[in-house]
Amino acid sequence: MKKGTLKKVLKYTGRYKILIFLSLVLAVITALLSLYVPILAGGAVDCLIGTNEVDFVKVFGLLGQMAVIVIAISVMQWLMNKANNMITFQVVRDVRKEAFEKLQKLPFEYLDSKQTGDIVNRIISDVDLFSDGLLMGFTQLFTGIVTIVGTLLFMFYLDFKIALVVVVLTPISLFVAKFIASKSFVLFKKQSEARSDQTAFVDEMIGNLSVVKAFAHEDENMEYFEKINDRLEKTSVKATFFSSLTNPSTRFVNNFVYAAVALFGAFACIAGGMSVGELTIFLSYANQYTKPFNEISGVVTELQNALACAERVFSLIEEIPEASDNVKAPVDFRAEGKVTLNDVSFSYDKSKKLIENLNLDIKSGQRIAIVGPTGSGKTTLINLLMRFYDVDSGSISIDGIDIRDLKRADLRNNYGMVLQETWLRYGTVRDNITLGRKDFTDEEIIEAAKAAHAHSFIKRLPKGYDTVISENGGNLSQGQKQLLCITRVMLHIPPMLILDEATSSIDTSTEIRIQKAFNRMMKGRTSFIVAHRLSTIREADVILVMKDGHIIEQGNHEQLLAKGGFYNKLYNSQFA
Amino acid sequence: MRKLLIFLKEYKKETFLGPLFKLLEASFELMVPLVIASMIDKGIAFGDKSYVIKMCLILLLLCVVGFFSAITAQYFAAKAAAGFAAKVKRALFDNIQKLSFSDMDSVGTSTMITRMTSDINQVQQGVNMTIRLLLRSPFVVFGAMVMAFTINVRQALIFLVTIIVLFVVVGVIMGWSIPQYGKIQGGLDVLLRLTRENHSGVRVIRAFGLEEQEKRNFNESNDKLMSFQKFVGNVTALMNPVTYAILNLAVAYLIYRGAFYVNSGELTQGQMVALYNYMSQILIELIKFANLILTITKAIASGNRVQELLELKSSMVDGNKAYHQGKDEDFIVFDNVSMRYQGDNEDSLKDISFTAKKGEKIGIIGGTGSGKSTLVNLIPRFYDVTQGKVLIGGEDVREYKLDTFREKIGVVPQKAVLFHGSIRDNMKWGKADASDEEINKALEIAQAKEVVDSKENGLDYEVSQGGKNFSGGQKQRLTIARALVRKPDILILDDSASALDYLTDKNLRKAIAGMDNPPTTFIVSQRTSAVLDCDKIIVLDNGQVAGIGTHDKLLSECELYKEIYDSQFKKEGGDAV
Repeated sequence: MKKGTLKKVLKYTGRYKILIFLSLVLAVITALLSLYVPILAGGAVDCLIGTNEVDFVKVFGLLGQMAVIVIAISVMQWLMNKANNMITFQVVRDVRKEAFEKLQKLPFEYLDSKQTGDIVNRIISDVDLFSDGLLMGFTQLFTGIVTIVGTLLFMFYLDFKIALVVVVLTPISLFVAKFIASKSFVLFKKQSEARSDQTAFVDEMIGNLSVVKAFAHEDENMEYFEKINDRLEKTSVKATFFSSLTNPSTRFVNNFVYAAVALFGAFACIAGGMSVGELTIFLSYANQYTKPFNEISGVVTELQNALACAERVFSLIEEIPEASDNVKAPVDFRAEGKVTLNDVSFSYDKSKKLIENLNLDIKSGQRIAIVGPTGSGKTTLINLLMRFYDVDSGSISIDGIDIRDLKRADLRNNYGMVLQETWLRYGTVRDNITLGRKDFTDEEIIEAAKAAHAHSFIKRLPKGYDTVISENGGNLSQGQKQLLCITRVMLHIPPMLILDEATSSIDTSTEIRIQKAFNRMMKGRTSFIVAHRLSTIREADVILVMKDGHIIEQGNHEQLLAKGGFYNKLYNSQFA
Repeated sequence: MRKLLIFLKEYKKETFLGPLFKLLEASFELMVPLVIASMIDKGIAFGDKSYVIKMCLILLLLCVVGFFSAITAQYFAAKAAAGFAAKVKRALFDNIQKLSFSDMDSVGTSTMITRMTSDINQVQQGVNMTIRLLLRSPFVVFGAMVMAFTINVRQALIFLVTIIVLFVVVGVIMGWSIPQYGKIQGGLDVLLRLTRENHSGVRVIRAFGLEEQEKRNFNESNDKLMSFQKFVGNVTALMNPVTYAILNLAVAYLIYRGAFYVNSGELTQGQMVALYNYMSQILIELIKFANLILTITKAIASGNRVQELLELKSSMVDGNKAYHQGKDEDFIVFDNVSMRYQGDNEDSLKDISFTAKKGEKIGIIGGTGSGKSTLVNLIPRFYDVTQGKVLIGGEDVREYKLDTFREKIGVVPQKAVLFHGSIRDNMKWGKADASDEEINKALEIAQAKEVVDSKENGLDYEVSQGGKNFSGGQKQRLTIARALVRKPDILILDDSASALDYLTDKNLRKAIAGMDNPPTTFIVSQRTSAVLDCDKIIVLDNGQVAGIGTHDKLLSECELYKEIYDSQFKKEGGDAV
C-alpha cells in the first residue's frame, strides 16, 4: 500500500468536504451521546434501591432525558449514514467516470497490452471493493476512535482506579487481535493464490471445453483439478479457521476485563466509593469498550484491501493518455486521398525491429493491396495509417499534411475501416449499423445493408432491423457479423478505405457480390486492402508484398508475376 | 439448494457438533448477567467480599469454557464449509466436463465459470456462517427472553413485545432491500458491458470517432446506478438507528416499570440490572442475525444456481462398444443425415449421404452458414444427428464409448486454442505418452517445426494463457500438430488453415498426404485451392448437398462449385499454371 494512493483517495473525497465534515460531526455527537445513555440508565437503576425506597421523580426525569437522547441519536445516525452513502456512491461514480473517460484517451500500446477482463475488473469490481471497504472503513474507524476515547473519558470521570484496570488490560485484546490478523493475512494470501490458480484453470478448461472434449482430455483435467482443489480446501480450512478466531479470542479477553471490572467494582461498592448504578454503567462500558477495537482491526484489513483495489483503478486513470491533438489542426479536414509514407520506422517492442525505412507514395484514388505472410506487418501498416500507433521515426502524410498535425477524429473520419475481427455490441441491428449516430434515415440504412448484402439475412431475423443481438453477436454467424460491419462503412462512405481481411469469413458467392459493391465504393477513393485471396488482390493498382516489416516487392499483378519473385511463388501455390 | 446439502453428509459430525458448541458458548454467556445479579444482591448488599470473589471466579470459568467451545465450533464450521465447497466444486467440474456440446451452447461458458467460482465461494461462506451463527443468534435472543421470564414474568413481557417489534422491523427492511440488490447488480452489469465493449471495440469506436457518445452513454448509466444505490442505501441505513431506538426505548420502559416493581418489593435491584444486561445482549445478536440472513439469502441464491448446473444431465448418452476400424471400404458413412440445433426451427443439415474410404481426403466447401462445420462435428459425435445415421467402421457412432472413439480422431478446430504449459505439454494433449520424437514428427508435418525452433527453449517454451505469445498462424500450425501427434484414423481440419499463407497451406496438405498411414482427412475450407486435390469434394449449400465428386467432375456438373472456383481463379489465373 502506497501513501500516494491514500492521498489520491483524499483528492476524490475532497470534493465532498461539507458532507464529510457533516458526517464526522454527526459521528462524534452520536458516539458521545450513545455513551451517555448508559449513564442515564445507570442513574435510573441507582434510584431503584429497594421496597418503598424508589425516587420516582428522579427516575422519570432520567428516563425522559434518555428517551429524547435515544431518538436524537437515531435521527443523527440515519443522517450520518445518509451522508456516508452520498459520499460513497458519488465518489464511486466519479472514479468510474474518470476511468471510463480515460479509457477513451489511452494509447493503443496500453490497450492492446491489457486484456478486456483486466480493464473491466478495474473499472467495475475494484471500484466496488474500494467503495465498500474504504469509505465505510473511514467512518467506522472514526466512530470507533471517538467511542474508545469517549469511553475512557467517561470511565476515568466515574472511577479512576477501575478505569485504570480496564486501560491496563485492553492491550491484551489488541495484541491478540493483531496476532490473529497478521497470521490470517498470510493464510488468506495462500488461500487466494490457490483460488486464483483454480480459477485460471477452470477458466481455461471450461472456456475451451470443446477442445477438451475433442481430445477426450477430461480425466487428465479432473486429476489436475482435484490436486488444486485439495490444496485450496486445505488452505481454506486454515484461513477460515484462523480468521474466525478473532471474535472468540477478543470476546475472551473482553469477558476477562468484564470479570475484573465486576470484582473491583463490587469491592468499591462495598467500600462505598461507588453505587450499583455506576457499576452497571461500568459493566456496560467494559462490554462495549473493546468492540470498537475489534472493528478497527477488521476495518484496517478492509482498508488495506480497498487501497490495493484503489491503486489498480488509479493506475489506469493515471496512465499517460495519447498526446492531445495539434491545436493548429485544420478544421473539418477532408482528404483528397494522396498518402505518403516517408522513411517510416516502427515496432511494438522497441528491442525488436519491425517496419524499417518504409517509403510509399500513393496517388489519390489508387487501390493498394497488401499481401504477405502472417506477421509481416500488414496490420501494423494499417495501425499506423489510422494513427492507432505513432511512427517511431519518419512521417506519414495525407495530401501533404503530416497526420500528426491533424485531429485524430478528423483523420479517422476520412477512412472507412472494416477489420477481420468483427465487433458488435449488445443492441439492435440498427444500432450496430449506425453505431448510435442519429442522422441516418431508415432508407439509407436499408440501402447500405443491401449494398453489403446484409439486408436479406437481416430481414429474416425475428424482428428485422430491431432484432437485439447479444454481445459480440453471439446469435449470428461469423460471416453475418462481417456483413454487418461492412454495412456500417457502406452507410457513410468516407474518402479513403481500409479493408483488413474484411471478407475472410464470407462465402465466396456472397463475397463476389460484395466485392462489386466495394469496387463501386472504391472508385475514385484511395483504398488499402489486406487480403489472402489473390482474386481480390489482382485488381489492385499497386500490390505491396510485405515480409518481415519490409516491402520486398511492389507493382501491379502482371509486373509482379513477370518478376518471378515471392509474389509469383505465392500466387502459383494456389494452383498446386 | 437442498440437494447440495448431500455434500455435507461426510461432515455430519462437524455440522452437528459445530452449532452444539456454539450453543454451549451462548448459554455460558447467558449466565453472566445472573451471576452479576446475585453478586449485587448478595455480595454487595451484604458486603460479603468472599462471595464477590467467588462470583468473579465463576465469571472467569464461564469465559474460559466459553472460549474453548467457541474455538471448537469455529474449527468444525471451517472444516465442514471448506470440505463441502471442495466436494461441490469437484462434482460440478465433473458434471460440466460431461456436458454435451449442445448443453454447452445453451448454458454458456461464462455462466459455467461463475457457477464454478464466485457462486460456490458464496455458498461456502454461507455454510460457514450458518454453522457458526444460525442457531447461536436466535438462541441468545430467545435465551435472554427466557432468562427474563425466570426473573420476572411481567417485565419479561416487555422483552417479548420488543423482540417481536424488532423482528418485524428488521424483516421489513431486509425483505425490501434484498430484491433491490438484484436490481443494483443489473445496473452494474450494464456498466460492465459498456466497459467491455469499449475495450474490445476500441478500434471501431475510435475509427468512427464515437468517444464522446460513448462517454455520454456511460455517464448516463453511471449516474442512474448511483441514484438508485443512494436510494436503496438510505432505506437500508434505517435499520441500525431504528433498532437502536426501539431497544433503548424498551430499556427506558423496562426501568420505568421496574421502578414500580422494585418499590413494591416484587423485584430487586440486582435483578433489574440483569434484565437490563439481557436487553443489551439482544440488540447485538439481532444485528448479527440480520447480517447472517443476508449472507444466507445470497448463499441460497448461489446454491440454487449451482444446483441447477449440477443437475443438468448431459443430453448425450454414451455408448458401450469399443471402437474398431472395420473395413477400408465404407469407413465413414453418412446415411441420410439431418441435424437441427436445439432451439432452432430449421435443419442445419438435411439428408446428407456420402461415404469415405480409409485414407481418403474429403474436401467440404460451401458458403457461410451452409453447414460445413456442423457436418464435421457429427463425425466425432460432438452433436447427435436428428435423423439418419453416421457410421464409422460399420458401426453407428452412438454405439461407441466416447472416450476410446474420440481418441482415434484428430480435430483441429476453427479457433486455434493452446493451453497454459509448455509446447510439449500441449502436444501431449494429442497423446499422453508421446515421445519427443513423435512430437517432432507431428510438428514437421504440421509445418510447425520452425515455430518451435524459433523459440528459445524449443519444446519447453511456455505457452502463456490463451497462447498470446504466438501469432494466429503459429497457433494454427501447433494445433494441427497436436491433432497429428496421436496418429489419428480420422483428421478433421475445420477451416484450420485460414491464417496460413497459400504456400504453407499447400506444404501442409502435401505432408499429411505423405504420412506413413495417412488418416482419412476432412478439409473444411472456403478456398477451392485447399480442396481441389481431394478424392471427394462435398459442396454444401444451405445445409444440403449441392454436389459431390472430384474437382473436375464438379467443375463441369456443379454450378455453385464452378461459381466459387471462378471467383477465386478467374480465367487469367489459368495462364499462370
